[in-house]
Amino acid sequence: MLSSQIKSNKIVFGSCNKNLLEEIIFYGIRLGADFVEIFIENTDNSSVLAEEDFITSVSPSFGRGAGIRIFKGKKDGFVSTNDLTKHGLMRSVSQAIEMLDITDNKREVFNGLNKHRDYSLSKKKWINEVPSIHEISEKLLDSTKSLKKNNKIITRKGSYSRNLQEIIIASSDGTYVSDIRLHQTVGLNVIASDAQYRSSGSRRFGSSGMPNEFRLWDHEKAANDVFESSMNMLYADYVDAGQMPVVLANKFGGVIFHEACGHLLETTQIERGTTPFENKLNEKIAHESVTAIDEGISEGSFGSLSVDDEGMEPEKSVLIKDGILKKFISDRAGELRTGHKRTGSGRRQNYSFAAASRMRNTYIAKGEHSKEDLINSISEGLYCKSMGGGSVGATGQFNFAVEEGYLIKNGKLTSPVKGATLIGEAKEVMPKISMCGNDLELAPGFCGSISGSVNVTVGQPHIKVDSITVGGR
Amino acid sequence: MNSREITTQISKAADFLNLRKWDYGASFSNDYSVQVDKGEAKQLKASQKQILTIRVWNQSNLVGITTTSDISESGIKKALKQANIASDFGNKNESTEFSPLAKDPIEFKDIKKRNPVGIKKLLTLLREAEVKLIESHESIKSVPYNGLSESFFERVYANSEGAFRSYSKSQAALYLYARAEEKNNKPRSSGSVKLGYGADDIDIESCIKEASNKTISHLNYSSIKTDKYLICFSPESFLTMINAFSSMFNARSIIDGVSLSNKNSIGEKLSTEALNIYDDGLHEKNISSTPFDGEGTPTKRLCLINRGRIENFIHSESTARIFNTTPTGHAGLGSKVSVSPDWIVVEKSEENIDLKTSLDHSTYEGEFVYIEELNAIHAGVRASQGSFSLPFDGWLYKNGKKISIESATVAGDIKYLLKNIVNIESSQEVTTSGISPHIWVDELSITGDA
Repeated sequence: MLSSQIKSNKIVFGSCNKNLLEEIIFYGIRLGADFVEIFIENTDNSSVLAEEDFITSVSPSFGRGAGIRIFKGKKDGFVSTNDLTKHGLMRSVSQAIEMLDITDNKREVFNGLNKHRDYSLSKKKWINEVPSIHEISEKLLDSTKSLKKNNKIITRKGSYSRNLQEIIIASSDGTYVSDIRLHQTVGLNVIASDAQYRSSGSRRFGSSGMPNEFRLWDHEKAANDVFESSMNMLYADYVDAGQMPVVLANKFGGVIFHEACGHLLETTQIERGTTPFENKLNEKIAHESVTAIDEGISEGSFGSLSVDDEGMEPEKSVLIKDGILKKFISDRAGELRTGHKRTGSGRRQNYSFAAASRMRNTYIAKGEHSKEDLINSISEGLYCKSMGGGSVGATGQFNFAVEEGYLIKNGKLTSPVKGATLIGEAKEVMPKISMCGNDLELAPGFCGSISGSVNVTVGQPHIKVDSITVGGR
Repeated sequence: MNSREITTQISKAADFLNLRKWDYGASFSNDYSVQVDKGEAKQLKASQKQILTIRVWNQSNLVGITTTSDISESGIKKALKQANIASDFGNKNESTEFSPLAKDPIEFKDIKKRNPVGIKKLLTLLREAEVKLIESHESIKSVPYNGLSESFFERVYANSEGAFRSYSKSQAALYLYARAEEKNNKPRSSGSVKLGYGADDIDIESCIKEASNKTISHLNYSSIKTDKYLICFSPESFLTMINAFSSMFNARSIIDGVSLSNKNSIGEKLSTEALNIYDDGLHEKNISSTPFDGEGTPTKRLCLINRGRIENFIHSESTARIFNTTPTGHAGLGSKVSVSPDWIVVEKSEENIDLKTSLDHSTYEGEFVYIEELNAIHAGVRASQGSFSLPFDGWLYKNGKKISIESATVAGDIKYLLKNIVNIESSQEVTTSGISPHIWVDELSITGDA
């Protein structure tokens, strides 16, 4: 059984609360707000950690909270609170009104909330299918046992986390929606050691809205993958630094697009003036082999949403088509401040953050080449099989770590190398992605930005970058 | 409910559920923050937060835990019930107990608690700061990342054996990151962060000046040749490096096998004998100081490296028991208790005769790379392996001139770095994460575009 389960909360959840939500929104409009939005959430989360052959941590948590945002012109005030009583929500509206220094009377019209749109209807029946702590513990212990393949593996960890979130969103444009979201993620980590040599291996798997996914997870295959990665890297030499062509593997290799370009296509970057692509709509910003997509609904993918955190159904956005910039990723504030239409991309970690334009499932579309075509085209370069985290700065410079890399010599993979970091600038690297493979795959991840940490998917087929700076020793 | 009432409520609910042993940590905060964009308010935020973490011990003395933001009577009961369920999965191989120091006196220094100045004043101060920063140089076109915030919070720890301690304080933070552009050059960005007990304590002028100087100084940049260089770490960047590899001093990491140190590393020589490193959470310059940790253990000054050798590890209650020592005041409160440093203080020891004291970043005319700020720590540090490969902001000093480095990474091994310290400058600087002098290291790899 679950350690706890979300249950309807008679104070604010369910259709009986429409009157209360309307009363609060009307209160804000009457005081002079142009727009009022209420986001309420109820969460039930659990995490489990297995180390070696024991469960060492089980951490359930639950909570409730509300975030209320008010717009006046192009500025917004946001108040979050754990007090979900009528008094607490009214007080939050008053505080936001006061912060924005709104002194005029009602100008906007509020015609009440639309008919309730409940995206959770089909999901309520599967809540009980979410695996129990006991079931999770047993499978995690099986997975850490599978990692015990030789005595060079000195640490073995398996971790699981489950986030169950019930939300309700109501706003003065009539939006009135609710949803239940389920995210599950499981990761395996090892450290291998032999005398002075050390390496680590890790893989993470995740799904959205699929309670049975953890049961279907092939932990033996995952453990083999992590083990092989750590063994391959154990005696690897450090990579020599320099400029070189690289082939980036599919799945999590997509972090290059996420960091190097995806963030720069969020309207928050236009608002700040920190993207080089601001005035490049319908211009060529990438090699013609590159088509990039950000979509809200990909079956089971970690970044999928039925509805975004501003109550809009997420659209499939073709960001770049054959190298031409076609669209930005936009939220409500982004539309208001930059003019780019909302794309159902308003996302936040929880009620304590205001929504912002964020990526969802973002990937480079598949091309026509095989992985071997890409590697064969390089005489000396680097194959990046597994990527670590990365970041992009205020001027578009990005970097990310290569966890598992191999040298390419004369069109063949040769020795493993470690310590590589890829660095560059988005507008310089995008035209250098010259070949895309035919093996598109997606991978789950967490993206931290202005509205907190959100679940995302990155993805791509194998891609070739003609030249990039590889940091090493 | 206030913290005394919560303690009573938990005690009553625990009795009802026949839970004899429990403890909890709680935090209650009110935060206010503003952001501006070209003189206009962009986003104004306020939040009230409450977080309660309850641990219970079952009849087999196994520990279960639950965290919640619902501190209503029903929320507390639910949290206790959940923690009790979780205790069935408690770690049978490593027990957790109350800290033996949870009732010891704590060192309450002068708590500089301020009254809120309010959103309107925060907005006025930040608007003025943005204008001044943009006006400080014609190339500075915007301040894309900015914020001024103030927080008021209370932290509590209590347990079923009568320990109860709480403290409340205030804190304010200002950050300004400017973006500069010049024709035919790539845009450059840099910034500054300042903390204070309240908004009125923050040195706004110095934050503006620092953000402006840092940004402008990088406008004329060049790429750097990939090679090995003599390096000077700024106090901030050296502290970033020590914090990134603090698992070397972390007993939890040692037990878990993810540290470069082991149980026998006390006394191991890590660096030049000229280096001392302390963790000093109660240091008077530490605005974020807390008088006790998540388990109620008092915070204290602890020597980590004494004349180049490891002197102490940081501990929670359970790791201290395993190492046959006492907790050091560095624990969190979790199902598996984490341990982390508070405020690192780097000093030059008296054993400093081998240092090349001619290496002073303000006067040295030979070639070296000055690392001002390290970036992307989460991506570029392999703490369990000791390696790092990190982008940085900095300069190449050559023939008495300094040239901003366009884009580069520094890579190496932390043990190599510490053993190759060739000078520790005399003057210490206070940063937002600790105190350190400038530190010189010989022969680290820099990757550039040239």
